[in-house]
Amino acid sequence: MGLATFKGGIHPPDKKTLSASSPITETKAPKIVVIPLSQHVGAPCKPVVTIGQEVKKGEIVGEPGGFVSSPVHSSVSGKVIAIGEFQNAMGRMVNSVVIENNGKEEWAALKDSPDYMSLPPEELREKIKAAGIVGLGGAAFPTAVKLTPPKEKPIDVVIINGAECEPYLTADYRLMVEKPKEVIEGLKILMKVLGVTKGYVGIENNKPDAVAKMSEAAKGEAGITVLALEVKYPQGAEKMLIKAVAGREVPARGLPMDVGAVVQNVGTALAIYEAARYGKPLIERVVTVTGEGIKEPKNLMTRVGTKISELIDECGGLRDDVAKVVAGGPMMGFAMSSLDVPVTKGTSGVLVLPEEGVVHAEDYGPCIRCGRCIDICAMGLMPSMLSILSEKGMYEEAKAYNLFDCFECGSCAFVCPSKRPIVQLVRLAKSMVKP
Amino acid sequence: MEATKKEHQLIVSVSPHVKSEETTSRIMWTVSLALLPALLFGVYFFGLKALFITALCIVSSLASEQLYMKIVGKKSPVGDGSAFLTGLLLGMNMPASLWSFSPFTAHVPIVASFVAVVITKQLFGGLGFNVFNPALIGRAFALISFPKAMTIWMEPTGSFLAMDAKTTATPLGILKEAGMTELIKVFGDHTSLYQHLLIGNRAGSIGETSAIALLIGGLFLIYKRYITWHIPVSFLGAAALMAWVFGTKGSFFTGDPIVHILSGGMMLGAFFMATDYVTSPSMRKGQILFGAGCGVLTMLIRLKGGFPEGVMFAILIMNCFAPLIDRGFRSKVFGAVKPKAKEAK
Repeated sequence: MGLATFKGGIHPPDKKTLSASSPITETKAPKIVVIPLSQHVGAPCKPVVTIGQEVKKGEIVGEPGGFVSSPVHSSVSGKVIAIGEFQNAMGRMVNSVVIENNGKEEWAALKDSPDYMSLPPEELREKIKAAGIVGLGGAAFPTAVKLTPPKEKPIDVVIINGAECEPYLTADYRLMVEKPKEVIEGLKILMKVLGVTKGYVGIENNKPDAVAKMSEAAKGEAGITVLALEVKYPQGAEKMLIKAVAGREVPARGLPMDVGAVVQNVGTALAIYEAARYGKPLIERVVTVTGEGIKEPKNLMTRVGTKISELIDECGGLRDDVAKVVAGGPMMGFAMSSLDVPVTKGTSGVLVLPEEGVVHAEDYGPCIRCGRCIDICAMGLMPSMLSILSEKGMYEEAKAYNLFDCFECGSCAFVCPSKRPIVQLVRLAKSMVKP
Repeated sequence: MEATKKEHQLIVSVSPHVKSEETTSRIMWTVSLALLPALLFGVYFFGLKALFITALCIVSSLASEQLYMKIVGKKSPVGDGSAFLTGLLLGMNMPASLWSFSPFTAHVPIVASFVAVVITKQLFGGLGFNVFNPALIGRAFALISFPKAMTIWMEPTGSFLAMDAKTTATPLGILKEAGMTELIKVFGDHTSLYQHLLIGNRAGSIGETSAIALLIGGLFLIYKRYITWHIPVSFLGAAALMAWVFGTKGSFFTGDPIVHILSGGMMLGAFFMATDYVTSPSMRKGQILFGAGCGVLTMLIRLKGGFPEGVMFAILIMNCFAPLIDRGFRSKVFGAVKPKAKEAK
């Protein structure tokens, strides 16, 4: 029998060797940080600081704007110099707090809990919420919300997502190799908060040393299994991971909790451990800066609010033939129009692609109905039909072809021999009809 | 800042930012390559005339597309290889005897190419939107418009420069007119008949005769994952079953499926014509139904119809049903809620 996986999927070149061997190093402390008040899925934060105010590292600067929301904290000690709209990596203008670093690195008072595992679940959940932890895999969904399932949806399994199926990215890989103990501790905290006895770590098998390190760290821990998964994109998509690890199929348009599962990313697990143990808020994360267009690919521990351009300078700068800079991975990341935008909690990577290999959006042909996209769609959709219907403005018909089950993993557009912008057409259709 | 210098040149587009190396034109050229062995056999058996007819079809197809694009003022898609492949397939579906100037029949390939590329493909919206297989419509048009010229079959001489070989009947023609016993007699014995059919040493269209060369090309395409087994296997399987059950007049289960599979355009049709992406269903299950339909219709025409051969019309008829079949066999959505469970809510 082969390794656990799901039906469909693709094998893009993984390109992880560019940055995989580079240990996590700290990015130089930024002089100025721009901290967006909306870095997560859900309501934006309300600023709780004023211009001119002195703040410490780890001090709250924005409080949650609703239940599905998450606070944001200062990643430096210094003075608030502006509050206003600034561009984010997706090109949108977002209300942000700008702080000038005074270089003193003064921390706000944090609550140390050496005996965190004996804390009641509610208190642990409160710590996770107060630390502003969101899913670090890219979607940035507030973790505390996932940990507050409604009564009728009991959770019985927690899965740590170590698939890192996006090509190029190695941030999670480095964490699993460098801090396996802490990640496992994070999983144990999650299991305690949810009252669950079964925990899994799912890792794609192209990272055998991560599988080994994590297995070693999990040795002797009751109920925790580390699983090697088949290398196949999008193995790290929540629904695909649950299918591979637990054999459960999340109902169409449903959530993981519908099958009793909660999935958290490796980086999130580490942040959870640090919040529970040291009371440390989420003010930094590992960002993989990589791609053929960057001089020295690295995995950087970076403070939230640092400009992307500073990360690029840290990595020796851009090569001359750079065509595209992407926030995130090559399959689902966002191409940036400006590098003068901040790293946020959801920034898993900065991918720099040279002109060679970039497919220009206008160079696409008609659908020849070869069916490749249908064969590989992990959601069992017909992307060819979705793209044709969207192109013709037949959005309601596209809806009948399960438009809203698409989570835009991009596998279809990857395999399409006509280079059709299927994800773009799907997004267009989604924006034109109600779900 | 060093990094911001290049900013104004950054490309912004929707994900994914990497794409596979597969392209439409590479598919078309690879399929053309897979047809090469069969074409070489055709040229070997029918001589230079075969080469001239195929070349004429390819040139006319490319020229018709260029002309049409010029008239309507659109960018020429000739680079995608689609018109080349249509011309190649069309040529391989024609008798080499068309290369004749007295009576003059060399215009037939030109007319057929125009019908294939311009009327069947471009007027229906271009590549991806044609309902029917262009090469087959081109051939059907030629067969109906020039029935005599399209059914003069040269004897396979195996001599490259033989420009005036004798004419003869195709195996299916003999089968239709005189029956199986006569067919075996013409080729000597049973084994010899199979051998001739397998190698392609028999009368027929330029590229359809060598079953072995077509099989090699077809398996190459399956190996390269350009086509899957579903259509060829269901096509040939259904036809074989029909031939076995109904193949002999007056008795059941005594027909010869091998003769039927190896003769006419069956191999060429099953591997290269019915598998055309645009005019066949996209879903695998639907493809099995489609292929089986082609096989059954082919045999129905061969055994009961007025024509000795039925592959072309069978595929064209099934082309009409391809969109309908795709509607019937929708994919299963991940986590799809069963209708019953939904009602229970």
